[in-house]
Amino acid sequence: MQLVWIIVCLFAGGACAGIAGRISADASRWLSLATLVVAGLLGLSLLQPSLQDPSVLIAGSDAPQGQWLHLVQAIWIPHFGIQFLLAADGISVVLILLTLFLGFIALLSAWKEIQQRVGFFYFNLLWTLAGVVGIFAALDLFLFFVFWEVMLIPMFLIISIWGHEDRHYAAMKFFIYTQASSLLLLAAMLALVFIHWQQTDSLSFSWFDLLGLDLDPGLGMVLMLGFFIAFLVKLPGVPVHNWLPDAHTQAPTPGSVILAGILLKTGAYGLLRFIIPLFPDAAAQFTPVALTLGVISILYAAKLAFAQNDIKRLIAYTSISHMGFVLIGIFSWNAIALQGAIMQMVGHGLSSAGLFALAGALQHRLHTRALDAMGGLWSSLPRLAAVAMFFAIAALGLPGLGNFVGEFLVLLGTFQVHATTAVVSALAMVVAPIYALVLLQKGFFGPPSAALAGKVDTVADFGSRELLMMGAMMLGLVILGLFPRLVTVYLQPALAGLQQLGWGG
Amino acid sequence: MLDWLWLVPGLPFLGFLILFAGQGKMPKRWTTLVGVGSVGLAALVTLLIAVEFYGTPEAALTYRQTLWTWMEAGSLKPGFSLYLDGLALSMLFVITGVGFLIHLYASGYMYEDEDFPRFFTYTNLFVAAMVMLVLADNLVLLFLGWEGVGLCSYLLIGFWYRDPENGRCARKAFIVTRIGDTAFAIGLFLLFRELGTLDIQDAMSAATATWPRDSGTATLIAVLLLGGAVGKSAQLPLQTWLPDAMAGPTPVSALIHAATMVTAGVYLIARTHVLFQLSTDAMQLVALVGVLTLLMSGFTALTQTDLKRILAYSTISQIGYMFLALGVGAWSSAIFHLMTHAFFKALLFLTAGSIILSVHHQQDIFKMGGLRKALPVPFATFLVGCLGLTALPPTSGFFSKEQILNAVWSSPTGGQLIWAGAVLGAFITAIYTFRMFFIVFFGEQQTEAHEHKGFKFHVPLIVLAVLAAVGGFFHLPLTSALPHAGHDHVPLGVEVTAIALPMVGVLLAYLLFYRQIPALRQLFETGPLKSLAAFFYSGWAMDWLYDRLLVKPFVALARWNSKDLVDQLPAVVSRGAALFHRLLSLSQNGQLRYYVATMALASLVVMAVAVYTG
Repeated sequence: MQLVWIIVCLFAGGACAGIAGRISADASRWLSLATLVVAGLLGLSLLQPSLQDPSVLIAGSDAPQGQWLHLVQAIWIPHFGIQFLLAADGISVVLILLTLFLGFIALLSAWKEIQQRVGFFYFNLLWTLAGVVGIFAALDLFLFFVFWEVMLIPMFLIISIWGHEDRHYAAMKFFIYTQASSLLLLAAMLALVFIHWQQTDSLSFSWFDLLGLDLDPGLGMVLMLGFFIAFLVKLPGVPVHNWLPDAHTQAPTPGSVILAGILLKTGAYGLLRFIIPLFPDAAAQFTPVALTLGVISILYAAKLAFAQNDIKRLIAYTSISHMGFVLIGIFSWNAIALQGAIMQMVGHGLSSAGLFALAGALQHRLHTRALDAMGGLWSSLPRLAAVAMFFAIAALGLPGLGNFVGEFLVLLGTFQVHATTAVVSALAMVVAPIYALVLLQKGFFGPPSAALAGKVDTVADFGSRELLMMGAMMLGLVILGLFPRLVTVYLQPALAGLQQLGWGG
Repeated sequence: MLDWLWLVPGLPFLGFLILFAGQGKMPKRWTTLVGVGSVGLAALVTLLIAVEFYGTPEAALTYRQTLWTWMEAGSLKPGFSLYLDGLALSMLFVITGVGFLIHLYASGYMYEDEDFPRFFTYTNLFVAAMVMLVLADNLVLLFLGWEGVGLCSYLLIGFWYRDPENGRCARKAFIVTRIGDTAFAIGLFLLFRELGTLDIQDAMSAATATWPRDSGTATLIAVLLLGGAVGKSAQLPLQTWLPDAMAGPTPVSALIHAATMVTAGVYLIARTHVLFQLSTDAMQLVALVGVLTLLMSGFTALTQTDLKRILAYSTISQIGYMFLALGVGAWSSAIFHLMTHAFFKALLFLTAGSIILSVHHQQDIFKMGGLRKALPVPFATFLVGCLGLTALPPTSGFFSKEQILNAVWSSPTGGQLIWAGAVLGAFITAIYTFRMFFIVFFGEQQTEAHEHKGFKFHVPLIVLAVLAAVGGFFHLPLTSALPHAGHDHVPLGVEVTAIALPMVGVLLAYLLFYRQIPALRQLFETGPLKSLAAFFYSGWAMDWLYDRLLVKPFVALARWNSKDLVDQLPAVVSRGAALFHRLLSLSQNGQLRYYVATMALASLVVMAVAVYTG
């Protein structure tokens, strides 16, 4: 039941925070914090499984079960076979915890930055989080789609109301990309349910029921593509990545944190949970294309990152590059690569959130995002600079920090099945330091730029709120990097179950 | 005592954490205590371990300590596990021992620097990572140390961050070595796919059991690992970063870019020697890389004018000898030379640091001159270092280099031609070493010099000088860890030539740079030799080549497409939609006659279609 409570708590807390905002901004802030604390505690309780025997509880399904830790099942719209079906295995739990953790980070980064329509902002923030938690737990396809939309609209509002100079363009681009691809997702979903109905005479949106459907190869490919495009947009992967740099650049800091840290992961989660289990044959056939897109994303986005002058745009492109590893990891569908893909999701969640929080802090202080208007900040903002160095190093994949574990496992696992893909992707090891170190050089080393003259001594270094926020993420990355098994013990049984559904299981 | 092994990386890491937490606000005395003390204690623990280690019978000289399991995925299960054998212990001596002396020296050398604490924060992290590298029992953990030292190297080269040029040098070092690291990583992937393990000892025994001699897979993996090694150890074709790495503070050059990190490639190959032994081609390649690198960089060192760059090229050249030794299967000679080189090259760098500090950060040897009287201690220690580098008997360098040259002569992957190259290299080494020596210390004094005194400066120099002088008599516990090459019997004439040529080189340097015989000088300063010297001076134009071949095209491509061409696609869609919208709006102009006309026209078209198709 904790799954339901977390989502209810976020929805209700968001509504309350929105109303409280009419009375006082601070009330809204503290109420949101309280909501997240409660949700966080509930989230931690997910680590303790509530199911004794996972298989008996999923009625009327003989599909392989995986290792479910929690399950909530209720009838919702019986006429259409729609249920309120939430289930969480280790993968879901890890991603839900990441969501709630980054929710805190987003809240802390919004604390000072968001001064207009505070209540409404926290309403949107918490509703986005609720949508994401729902996505990671929903196993009824219709319910999944509802959460998919719940996540989208508040995020759109966050960008278009609290964003920067070009926010309307960016928000609209974000909305159109996501909404158009959602339409494909919905159509493919309905078609899948319809086929299941034809074959079995029972109407169901349940993931468990739709597994192992006997699909005509051509039709299977079309439906798989419907899902794939929707998730690829969210991931995002080349060539449908264009919304991301604009959305990130224009979003307020907490928006960027949520967007990079969590929202992108819903795309990856969709690939993992839906594409390959539901369409194993079509996905197997499609693998060469998916891997190619992954490799292109990794290298092309890394090269673009190097060429950016806007610090947020640079980080946005690194996100695309890093998510490319997730794509190839998932389509390699191998125990090591899959584990790597999820570790990469978690590691990237923390490192990109950290980098965006940092970019936000810089913009807040210097009123610019242009790297050529920075420089020499190492001496004037030593704490901020040290934190920046940490995250840049994490992003370039230094062993001992979280991102390395993900990238290394993805490449190692991918190499076992698709050696060429892994070898070409490994070139990112050379390109990543180029953008990461150029970021450090332009922002923090060298002499201060002319634009900074006179400004640099007046800006304040990180205070305790920001140090706490950054420190938490840094600690997270160190723990992920040195003790990844704390996370992977939850992933292994879940992945083993999931793997049976794909090819070569 | 052996179960204290984890303290050897642990203590410097703790030092790093304390200094990091101190945020540079601790008093300098404490910073020194933590920064130097942590490495000193690590050296002490190493010594205690060594005492126990030497006490046990030779055959049982291995010790494993698992701290925790790092990752677990499929059959991959690397741990934070340490593996101590004679090879690792030999490396620990160098890292903690020489490392401690350099730290002590640095506490004097860097004292006035405003970022004094940051310096030790980085160097302590470096020592921890370097120790992890040599103690790792699996290749993933080794890779952690490998990348960790690379990071510290980057941070310390760019230590004086205000000058963008230092930042460029630091980035170059990191990115160029990363090219090698990528090859290394791919080698790991392949090794894991073929053998299913990344534990070094398991993989080595599985390798001999799985692959026949000269198997293609073994060769490929060995070559990929060699790729990592040439990056880290600044060998052909990835050597270009090391001379620029001299932008860092001089103790860093001594610690990272002479004594420890740059020899990690040598260690890697020695550690995986079983794999290399399986492949004659790979061994041959290692030997060729070694001999070509030692010659190329030797010639370049002849023409340099910056004291630290001369030493940098000489480091590349000496590591070339170590690679050559590995390539001809003289494993323990390579590690022996690694140690003696650490002694005399750390000595040379630290002395160079003292000299440079004394002459107010002047690094051009032609602007020094005659410093013999003003700097007596550096003069003496530099001389010892030069003798070691030249490998004149009975300094430490003599013993290690003699072993290598003899092995090259008699090995199947060596041979007479490669031997001749190596001896020619030794001859050149003598010339450039004593060219530097005579120009710096003799002749007319060009600049004022104030010697920096005190035990922090002098103790490390004197201890290292003693080590460089007598280090050749040390016995490293390598017999159980590395296959014994056996005594190489070479013809007397060969041995005499190898010993005599460096002496001739010293003599030639004496005539050229001390006596300054005009006829000889004329020869080098005019005509074709001069342009050849310019070519050598540029490092054989390899920077130029890479710049044209890789850097410029990449930057140009990035600039050209900085706006992301793919982003233009949706723009086309949106512009198309806007255009269509305008077209359709045009049709709704509110004029009745226009509507009637289009209706009539459309009816005509429909009727015409109906008539012709019906």
